[in-house]
Amino acid sequence: MGPLGHIGTYVIKFFEHMGRFGTLVLQTARALTDFPTYAHPTLKQMVRIGVESLPIVLVTSTFTGMVSSLQTFYQLKSAMVPVHTMVGSAVEKMIFLELAPSLTALVLAGRVGATIAAELGTMRVTEQIDALETLAFNPVAYLVVPRVLAGMVMFPILTIFSMTVGVVGAWVVSVCSGISSADFLYGMRLFFKPWDVYYGIIKSVFFGLSIVSVGCYEGFFAKGGAEGVGRATTKAVVVACLLILMWNYILALILL
Amino acid sequence: MSLVIRGLKKRLGGKPVLKGVDLEVREGETLVVLGRSGCGKTVLLKHIIGLMRPDEGEIWVDGRDITKLSFKELIEVRKQFGMVFQASALLDSMTVAENVGLGLRREKLSKDEIERRVSEALEMVGLEGWEEALPAELSGGMKKRVGLARAIVTRPKFLLYDEPTAGLDPVMARSIDRLIAELRERIFSTSVIVTHDIISAFSVCDRLAFLHEGRIRFLGYPEEARCSEDPVLREFFSGGIIPWREGAFGRG
Repeated sequence: MGPLGHIGTYVIKFFEHMGRFGTLVLQTARALTDFPTYAHPTLKQMVRIGVESLPIVLVTSTFTGMVSSLQTFYQLKSAMVPVHTMVGSAVEKMIFLELAPSLTALVLAGRVGATIAAELGTMRVTEQIDALETLAFNPVAYLVVPRVLAGMVMFPILTIFSMTVGVVGAWVVSVCSGISSADFLYGMRLFFKPWDVYYGIIKSVFFGLSIVSVGCYEGFFAKGGAEGVGRATTKAVVVACLLILMWNYILALILL
Repeated sequence: MSLVIRGLKKRLGGKPVLKGVDLEVREGETLVVLGRSGCGKTVLLKHIIGLMRPDEGEIWVDGRDITKLSFKELIEVRKQFGMVFQASALLDSMTVAENVGLGLRREKLSKDEIERRVSEALEMVGLEGWEEALPAELSGGMKKRVGLARAIVTRPKFLLYDEPTAGLDPVMARSIDRLIAELRERIFSTSVIVTHDIISAFSVCDRLAFLHEGRIRFLGYPEEARCSEDPVLREFFSGGIIPWREGAFGRG
């Protein structure tokens, strides 16, 4: 096959994926009417996606907040500007607009996206999804809808948690670096706009949806045994990370 | 006829797997579909329960062509079916009782009734007392039994078995055969069993079908199969564990 043939194959495969993904999205939307099937599994997924992700978000956000404070302090100090209030302002913007939503999403693409793809992929290759169908369950309502809903609800909550923890981390380090608590908080309030928080939350909804939907798609259509599950898991993480970066730019372009 | 398949064709990965299968399953009978590994037996079974859509052909279940049904209508038809999977396909995050009771969740039954029916099904397959075990804690034979219990708990009209004795030692395989025969007496389902285990086939079947190169090459009673002069069928039988001889297989 020549280079044109290869390009053609990739194009066809891309549209195949798009078509199958679109069908899964439609099936997910239709399955929303099957409330009894997804109600309980959704609560279970909210715990798994949300509550069980708290430790990793806590660690990531604390350190990110601390580092952002140190780096801001370092940069402003070398620029010889009055740093005491500016650290709070810069840290607030960095954490609310960028670091909390994006880093939380990138970390959770690994944790949540990989888990979903591996779990559903294993269920697919061991015929557990077929078994659900033979038991008259709609597998999309039972497996995909709970994860998508849980992702949509829990990602914004995790992002708010990340913003809070990040700011606390930054504040502690700033105080330890010699900036008074009052200066830091004054700086934070100085340029604060509620939109900064809303923007971060809106981003987290898009990021969360990207992670869970790609994880569900890759897992749900996995094939080829253990190797296929491994491939689906890797793809879920890589594609989710790329989508996060892409949405990050598009949303900044549209919303800021 | 309660289950009729006409001109079923399916291609997978560009290769024809089923090239026009015609098959009729009578009400209450146990039909065994024999065939070599990879001949399309499981594909046929998955079409019967609507897990796969055919390229061409019809599958009539109680007078309805299920190939024309929407997903929602298909779910309703599936409530009449129970299926035992080759590798059991138990949901590994659930206990034995939860797995067996899964199909009952679709019916509006009280918790007590579900528990009673689950215990009854587990008792039928000889697994009483294993309700709280996880699939990972069970042996291959036990998993098959749980799969059987899950399939029969809804008292289905049709039971489909995909290689029920595959991967089991001969003693356990015969015990699964006995269980299938016992269940037939107790729940009166119409059963379709796909297997390449000749001993198992002859010990549980009312009629035999032989799937070869995408078509049903033989359909008839076990006695007719034994007397068949078809070289392909004879070769398949003689390739079994017991050499071909008069009356070597099963009952009758």
